[in-house]
Amino acid sequence: MEKIYIFKRFERFWHWTQALLIIVMMITGFEIHGTYSNLGFERAVELHTLSAWALITLWVFAIFWHFTTGEWKQYVPTMDKVEAMMRYYLTGIFSHAPHPFRQTTLHKHNPLQRLAYLFVKLMINPLIWATGLLYLFYTSWESWGLGWLNLEWVATAHVIGAFMMLIFFIAHIYLATTGHKPMSHIKAMITGWEEID
Amino acid sequence: MFTIDRVIAPVLGIAFALALAVSSPVIATATPLAEAEKGAVAEIEQAIEGAVVKVAGEDEKAAAESIQSVPAPKQVAVEEPVEEKSKSTADHSKFEELDIDFKSGPQVTKACLKCHTEAAKQIHKTKHWSWEYINPDTGQKLGKKHVINNFCTSVKSNNTFCSACHIGYGWADDSFDFTAEANVDCLVCHDTTGTYKKLPGLSGHPNYETIEWPPHSGKFRPPTDLKQVAQNVGPTSRKTCGTCHFYGGGGDAVKHGDLDSSLTNPGRYLDVHMDSKGLNFTCSTCHVTDEHEVSGSRYGPTAADEKGVLVPGSQDPRNPTTCVACHGNTPHPDKAAKLNDHTRKLACQTCHIPAYARSTLQTKMSWDWSTAGKLDEQGHRIQLKNSAGKVVYDSKKGNFTYDRYVVPEYQWFNGKVNYTLFGDKVSEDSVVKINEFQGDADDPEARIWPVRVFRGKQMYDKGLQTLAVLHTAGKDDAAFWGNYDWDKAMEVGMRTAGSEYSGELGFVSTEMSWPITHMVSPKEDALACESCHTDGGRLAGIDGIYLPARDRMPLLDMIGFGVALLALIGVLIHGGIRVILAKRED
Repeated sequence: MEKIYIFKRFERFWHWTQALLIIVMMITGFEIHGTYSNLGFERAVELHTLSAWALITLWVFAIFWHFTTGEWKQYVPTMDKVEAMMRYYLTGIFSHAPHPFRQTTLHKHNPLQRLAYLFVKLMINPLIWATGLLYLFYTSWESWGLGWLNLEWVATAHVIGAFMMLIFFIAHIYLATTGHKPMSHIKAMITGWEEID
Repeated sequence: MFTIDRVIAPVLGIAFALALAVSSPVIATATPLAEAEKGAVAEIEQAIEGAVVKVAGEDEKAAAESIQSVPAPKQVAVEEPVEEKSKSTADHSKFEELDIDFKSGPQVTKACLKCHTEAAKQIHKTKHWSWEYINPDTGQKLGKKHVINNFCTSVKSNNTFCSACHIGYGWADDSFDFTAEANVDCLVCHDTTGTYKKLPGLSGHPNYETIEWPPHSGKFRPPTDLKQVAQNVGPTSRKTCGTCHFYGGGGDAVKHGDLDSSLTNPGRYLDVHMDSKGLNFTCSTCHVTDEHEVSGSRYGPTAADEKGVLVPGSQDPRNPTTCVACHGNTPHPDKAAKLNDHTRKLACQTCHIPAYARSTLQTKMSWDWSTAGKLDEQGHRIQLKNSAGKVVYDSKKGNFTYDRYVVPEYQWFNGKVNYTLFGDKVSEDSVVKINEFQGDADDPEARIWPVRVFRGKQMYDKGLQTLAVLHTAGKDDAAFWGNYDWDKAMEVGMRTAGSEYSGELGFVSTEMSWPITHMVSPKEDALACESCHTDGGRLAGIDGIYLPARDRMPLLDMIGFGVALLALIGVLIHGGIRVILAKRED
């Protein structure tokens, strides 16, 4: 068996901190949305807001890191082998067909991952952030020239973002078990070292 | 591939820029707080500029011109003077002018006026004296003299009884001289002995002879010792104001719900400001009084004051009797800054008075006049009481219900009120709003207010389609409370109000709204977020705003959670197949 070093220390720190914050924000967010009562509205709002600022700070560092290291290229989309990947997940995975994508340090994400992560970074995150910050500062809208905005629209868009994140979250966790062995990807995300065929 | 790179790089660049941009509000949060500190200065400046603002029940011009219209900051708690030593520089018991065996109230007033030469002239200009208020917005003639409510309904034709709460002597009918200085009653507000009582039926006089009181009780009340009362006058107190305001509507706690005798010596729980062992506010600490005109009236209320703190000494003729006048519009500390956002939509009272009638006293919740007048077989008055000893049926008045720890109703209110007055068309088809609070979510002057809605069923003249004036109280043979004859009582009542009774009596359902503003709870008892931020919470009926946790799009939730569930099922099936296949291979 071969092992390659895929995820650097900052990347792993970023990933797991982000995971924790997103989970906290989903739990508190759906409480603020009124889906259930758990911590109480006040505590939920406090935690949600605190997590939001923490995540934003983390992301400022993450974006800086992506640019300084050139790692942003990992998310450049490609249609090459996308079809093969989909075929693999639908059938090949059940019959031990060879994985159509070979991980390397320069290409650590398979083509589907690239597309999915790019979608998260360019669609879901900005949507949640922009609407979330507007939500947080809604009393300032008028002074920002945004008096025409409506809290209901902003809140609804924020919830749409939250649902997209929830769905991504479910798929992401499952696909994390589809490595060489079920725990291969997860171990890699913890240690940085990925087992490959 | 290479070309795509060149497209993506700027996109990620924008994302980076966005991240920097969104991080800047961290700094921006400090700005509004700094502004709050500057606010007080700005408010003083605004006050000096003398911007036109609402003034409650006062002539704006007169108030603006008057140097003395400044809210007095010097009012210090002066409580229970019976036990506490007076802080006054004058001991009235040493005055020769008061060392007289007074025979009547007006005689005392004349003695008072020898020194307090302008007092009666000041009183003559007040609502307490005229019982009249012209609403500057609607032109409606309001005040106790004109309004028909859904408690005892009307002062007209019943003055001899209602005048027990008039700060004058002798208002029995329209012939009362409102210009006579001796008719002013100084004692009812300035008594400190607690022995001065104006009894119903005496047209605003205390009893000068021994009388049976309550009537037919076999108990006798000796004549009022006017000399004793006059020699012990002092500042107004919760007790003196409460003499009338705690007992409105015919008994303790009946009318307001947020004003009753439990406020004479309240604890902190009942009223954080009046707490007799704490801040010990009197009524006039907030109801700042100038030239005997008491500020803050529900006839011309201030629902919102964007200008914030009214600095003592300010010439701004704003209503000083608001929470905002002292606390401003951002009263919550930095760590609870989110609460300050709420003041744009909520009155302070909404969170800080979670319930009214918070003592052992029950307040009246409804009054049904339509059942009044039933007598027992001997033709005598009937009184039925509930297990708490409260009268639930009285031949004189009909049926009542009571409650305490009452959760208010909530509604938008911009300070403007429309009344249904005598002569305004009413019918049984709809509930008549005795007074209707104006305002909605889009009105910048409106806030969500806690409101006591008193519901009743009361007399109206079917032929004239107007709320009726009923002659209830009096010693004549037409008074309903003596003779239980609707038509006779209606004839006299309606004629006093200036109409001829059509002969057709009906009963309409009515609602009267009272802004809840007294009995302010300590902060730890204020409403929690989830009192409103939930399904079916306190603000369930408030429209025009998006209220998180109350409002959501059900369709979006269905689609969102539906797709998430499908994703979950999908991965479970996919994973399940992998597990089964893996086991087979073993």
